[in-house]
Amino acid sequence: MSESVTAPATPSRAAVLGGWLRDGSVWADWAAAVGLVVLVVVFQAANPTFLSSGNVRSMLVASAILVVLSVGQTFVVLTGGIDLSVASAMTFGAVLFGFGITRGWGIGWCGVLAVLGGALVGVVNGVLVGNGRITDFVVALGSLSAASGLALVIADGKPVTVVSVPLLKLSTGGVGIIGWSVLVAAVIAVLAHLVLFWTRWGTHVFAAGGSPEAATATGISVPAVKIAVYTVCGVLAGLAAILLVARVGAAEPAANTSFLLNSVAAVVLGGVSLVGGRGSVLGPVLGALLLTALANGLTLLGVSPFYQPVAVGTVVVLAALLTRFRR
Amino acid sequence: MSTTTDVLLEASGVSLAFGSVQALRDVSLTVRAGEITALVGDNGAGKSTLVRCICGIHRPDEGSFVFDGRPVAFTSPQEARDAGIETVHQNLALVEDLTVWQNLFLNREIAHGFGPLALLDRRAMKVRAAEMVSELAVNVPAVTARVRRLSGGQRQAVAICRAAGFSSTLVIMDEPTAALGVQETARVEALISRLRDDGRAVLLISHNFDQVLRLADQVWVMRAGRCVAGRRIAQTTGAEIVALITGAQAA
Repeated sequence: MSESVTAPATPSRAAVLGGWLRDGSVWADWAAAVGLVVLVVVFQAANPTFLSSGNVRSMLVASAILVVLSVGQTFVVLTGGIDLSVASAMTFGAVLFGFGITRGWGIGWCGVLAVLGGALVGVVNGVLVGNGRITDFVVALGSLSAASGLALVIADGKPVTVVSVPLLKLSTGGVGIIGWSVLVAAVIAVLAHLVLFWTRWGTHVFAAGGSPEAATATGISVPAVKIAVYTVCGVLAGLAAILLVARVGAAEPAANTSFLLNSVAAVVLGGVSLVGGRGSVLGPVLGALLLTALANGLTLLGVSPFYQPVAVGTVVVLAALLTRFRR
Repeated sequence: MSTTTDVLLEASGVSLAFGSVQALRDVSLTVRAGEITALVGDNGAGKSTLVRCICGIHRPDEGSFVFDGRPVAFTSPQEARDAGIETVHQNLALVEDLTVWQNLFLNREIAHGFGPLALLDRRAMKVRAAEMVSELAVNVPAVTARVRRLSGGQRQAVAICRAAGFSSTLVIMDEPTAALGVQETARVEALISRLRDDGRAVLLISHNFDQVLRLADQVWVMRAGRCVAGRRIAQTTGAEIVALITGAQAA
């Protein structure tokens, strides 16, 4: 075994490209991007209004909430966990927002309350997983139920209509085809990328997910990382709650199950390893865009909305299949 | 068992039990500066447990350690690292999906600013990592390669580089060549010798008696949780070490 990687011979560009195309891991990493391009081409060919500026704008706005949730989910999945309570935490935050409204609080304070609510769910998840050493899946399942239940309790099962000019602007205004909510989601995604790839803590997230033993041996506290990633996910769920209230115009104690499934789906499509330690932020963002484009395109083609979950499920399993080829 | 002034690490009367299993019983030994000290014994003799006590993963029930003239009681691996004790674990403690330079600087990242959100200086780490790797290893892996793609010997070299690269005075290695081929073993042994030549102390756990006789200056033999004998390599033979390990010969 005398291979040395010091001075690799420089192969021709075509050979490099060929190697890339045969490398299954590249396809797995870029499944979302490739899938998105394919979907756009197919839908545009089938219905030319698909890429009209109006439709692109509405697709982007529709994807903003899912992007924010998927970015939060990415942090958790990178540590080898899974946050099934992300949509319930969002519902919980939204209901707290409505609670503030019924008390006559300002929009700003209601937003703070929503974020704190999401963060609370995240902290509880993180402490149970990190310090309580309970499996991520079980904790997430428990808090999925508990947070949705609490949302119903607080709201007494009834939605609160939220009439607010700033929120209306958040959901409908924007610059050109970029809505404000899209801008918020983009800023969150960029910040998440910076944190993961350009800070010490980001490296520790990858280490804690890739090899908890190695992380511990080098003095990284894996429980602390776990608590932090679930908290980040909770905070982002709280921010998504504000976007949701703005979009719906009401704070509802709804289950939002499709957001949960789609956030996990976006992460898988985005090439984030479900066992942790490997992934990006761009991937899940593209995954979220793909899922939104899929729903939008099927609607434009007049396909019954009942087929949408079928399509999402198929796409996700295909993406997971691709990750088998990853080295 | 002479106690000279150049003793770097001294363990006295170390005992540790896991529930009803007495893993270590009254273990005393010394590691001298600038020497390779071997630790041998059968499986389950307590070698790895002792190492885990020294590097702060376990805390002994009884006994004490003196390191570099000061009594120490590490409560975490980080404290031991800060004091200058680096450990190359049997599983190497490398994160496969991170690159070589990320592993070399894991939890010791070069960053601007304070706290966990300090911004990484990736360029400085890559440059320094390339220096560290080229100083030590013959078989140099590219520092931007993921560890997953490295061979067993290259991984071992990365783990040893990490242990050696940061002003450590004692490097502990748990069976560094157990999973390696002949050529890779030779390379890693050369690395270990270089550490000694650099003036560091090495505590080497090994099952390979030829290797111990080749590399080490001192050997300690463990059996059933006890440290039963210590010999200078110059004054012992492979047959004697085997006899001490199996208990055929009393110390």
